[in-house]
Amino acid sequence: MKHVITGDHAVAIGAKLCRVEVVPAYPITPQTLIIEHIAEFVNDGEMNAKFMTMESEHSVMSAAAGASAAGARVFTATSSQGLAFMHEMVYATAPLRLPVVMVNVNRSLSSPPGIWVEYNDSMGERDSGWLQVYVEDNQEALDMVIQSYRIAEDKRVLLPIMPCLDGFVLSHTVEPVDVPDESLVDSFLSPYEPDVYLNPEQPAVIGMLMPPQYFMEMRRQTAGAVEAAKEVVVEVNREFAKVFGRDYGGLIDTYRMEDAQIALITIGTVTSTARKVVDDMRNEGKKVGIVKLRFFRPFPAEELRAALSGMGAVGVIDRSISYNGGGPIFSEVRSALYGMTMPVINHLAGIGGRDVTENLIMTMFELTLEAAKGGKVKEVIWHETRGETL
Amino acid sequence: MKLKDLPDENLFTQGHTACPGCGAAMSIRNTIRIFGKDTAVYVPASCAVVFGTTFPLAAWKVPFFHTAFENTGASIAGMKAAYEVKGKDVTVIGFAGDGGTYDIGLQSMSGAAERNDDVLYICLDNEAYMNTGIQRSGGTPFGAWTTTTPVGKKTQGNRTFKKNLAEIVAAHDIPYFATLSIGHPVDFIRKVEKAKSMKGFRFLHMFTPCIPGWKMDPAKTVEVTKLAVESGMWTLFEIENGEKKITYKPQKMKRVKDYLMMQGRFRHMSEEDIKKLQMWVCHKWNLNYNEKGAPGVCEIEPPEEHHGVTEEHREMHGL
Ligand SMILES: Cc1ncc(C[n+]2csc(CCOP(=O)(O)OP(=O)(O)O)c2C)c(N)n1
Ligand code: SF4
Ligand SMILES: [Mg+2]
Repeated sequence: MKHVITGDHAVAIGAKLCRVEVVPAYPITPQTLIIEHIAEFVNDGEMNAKFMTMESEHSVMSAAAGASAAGARVFTATSSQGLAFMHEMVYATAPLRLPVVMVNVNRSLSSPPGIWVEYNDSMGERDSGWLQVYVEDNQEALDMVIQSYRIAEDKRVLLPIMPCLDGFVLSHTVEPVDVPDESLVDSFLSPYEPDVYLNPEQPAVIGMLMPPQYFMEMRRQTAGAVEAAKEVVVEVNREFAKVFGRDYGGLIDTYRMEDAQIALITIGTVTSTARKVVDDMRNEGKKVGIVKLRFFRPFPAEELRAALSGMGAVGVIDRSISYNGGGPIFSEVRSALYGMTMPVINHLAGIGGRDVTENLIMTMFELTLEAAKGGKVKEVIWHETRGETL
Repeated sequence: MKLKDLPDENLFTQGHTACPGCGAAMSIRNTIRIFGKDTAVYVPASCAVVFGTTFPLAAWKVPFFHTAFENTGASIAGMKAAYEVKGKDVTVIGFAGDGGTYDIGLQSMSGAAERNDDVLYICLDNEAYMNTGIQRSGGTPFGAWTTTTPVGKKTQGNRTFKKNLAEIVAAHDIPYFATLSIGHPVDFIRKVEKAKSMKGFRFLHMFTPCIPGWKMDPAKTVEVTKLAVESGMWTLFEIENGEKKITYKPQKMKRVKDYLMMQGRFRHMSEEDIKKLQMWVCHKWNLNYNEKGAPGVCEIEPPEEHHGVTEEHREMHGL
């Protein structure tokens, strides 16, 4: 059934549909609506979960880890400062193979303080072992909460996962969302049944001190699980499409790439705007296309190489900065495309919540086309930034 | 339960790597024996993680969990939440150090206490950060040497008095708070059993000597805890429904100096500093037992102000 709801509301409904059992929570804009909706579901008796009002995000992730280790399906949500505050616990969770799902509503990280979208918060957790997926609209937000449990709890993976959505652009904006039937979700997602957990009948020790003789093996196993997640993501997407009729493409999605000469790599909500721009430019005979980066971890290096082979140039949109000259997605893409000869241009835009308009995306395409023709184009471009010239 | 009726089965087994005489290891072993199998344990970063679970060996025969340092309250709350939704009757115990409780973990403990989460929080108080090599914590007593309160030419040892954790914890109006010592086993067993029989947030504050940290003879763990109580440095009491009850009162107050001289961490203390500490103890004694302390020990009137007031405090606050 279609509901016109915010992204945060869609996420909360997703958590309810997944029958999550423990929800430790702490407020932060623009995530707060999620936990408020869940609190209402619980207090109205619509959701049979233990809702825990924690006293900090560090404690949220500590309780989440404890509950997950004790065998429960756990959900929580955070943003920005909250994610930074729980950083230690984010790292603690993944190698213990605790399949927690935590939605991160992307928001800039102080300083300077701001509450609008930027990806510096989640991208800072790149190396934690968490999987990360970025969504384009409220429907995908809901759907990816459901898919996330299937991916995270898969025995080949057993890792926590962070579905990420753009602060305000999705979190506080209403869109029509098809809310699936509970029975359909039940048929897609079975209850969480861990093989190993804190069970007094079969005592396990989880979180031991790991001396150097064993440490690397544990890291290798976590790395292996992140790699294994690639095929699981694709499988789950395929099966989800069969059951729910919505196909998101897997690790990446493409738009009008069949005969494209250049491509723009997008992430999150700018993708929707870029789709419209591609249609307009195609009408003018310009052969442009989009590769939508969905998963940042595992990073789809081979998939990108395949999708981008033969391009005259590639543009990469980054909505955050790594202070190393470009954005984090740019660094990863360039490394993935190593050995391929096309120019790769980094388009920094929309950082801190500034609008990324059709015109701006058109400019990005034009500059990328220019680079493909061998024109002189800066490698890293700060778009629409005072004091900066193209 | 009588001492002789304590179950033989060790759920925290021999073979752990704590120093001989470690008060924390003794407290853990005896607590978990009383609780039995249907228990799950969280231990934050501390000596107890290292001596109980260094891969591939573990001394625990009940489920054990560890992730970080400052999160005991939240971790045990999360574990308990899972058992509750799953309908499993498992007691969850956190064993945190003084650093993990008085200082960095205070917020997390407070959250669990204030929500009255149905867990048992145990503070193993060895009065310093031992696992990192003996640094001062909020639980370190006045005068004590630690590596961050060294005995220097200008300043000797810790200049502040032990934080009053009991009142902080009790202020959360929790069902049960008690102080324990391994040197008083009858009192110890009774309090652990009582905590076991109750629901809600329970807090057991255990006094646990540390051999290298206190620079003491490993054979003297029990003796030191006894002398701590006899001198008034540690008091055995419980707080139930807001009411404080002394559970053991020494017959005659011993001098704090007798206690201090058993431990290298205090041996540098000047007569003046010992007197200061003695005054602090006398004041505490007065509050706890409603009597002035032994004649000849507390003949110096304790200060009128709260028990932590010293010359240093006066200077600091410009009094
Ligand atoms: C966030 C964080 N800060 C510092 C440390 C380093 N650390 C590990 S154990 C420890 C000392 C623990 O002291 P206490 O809680 O008193 O336990 P003890 O070892 O004395 O039993 C410290 C400082 C850490 N693990 N995590
Ligand atoms: S250093 Fe102290 S607390 Fe740590 S194991 Fe040894 S005696 Fe126990
Ligand atoms: Mg300590």
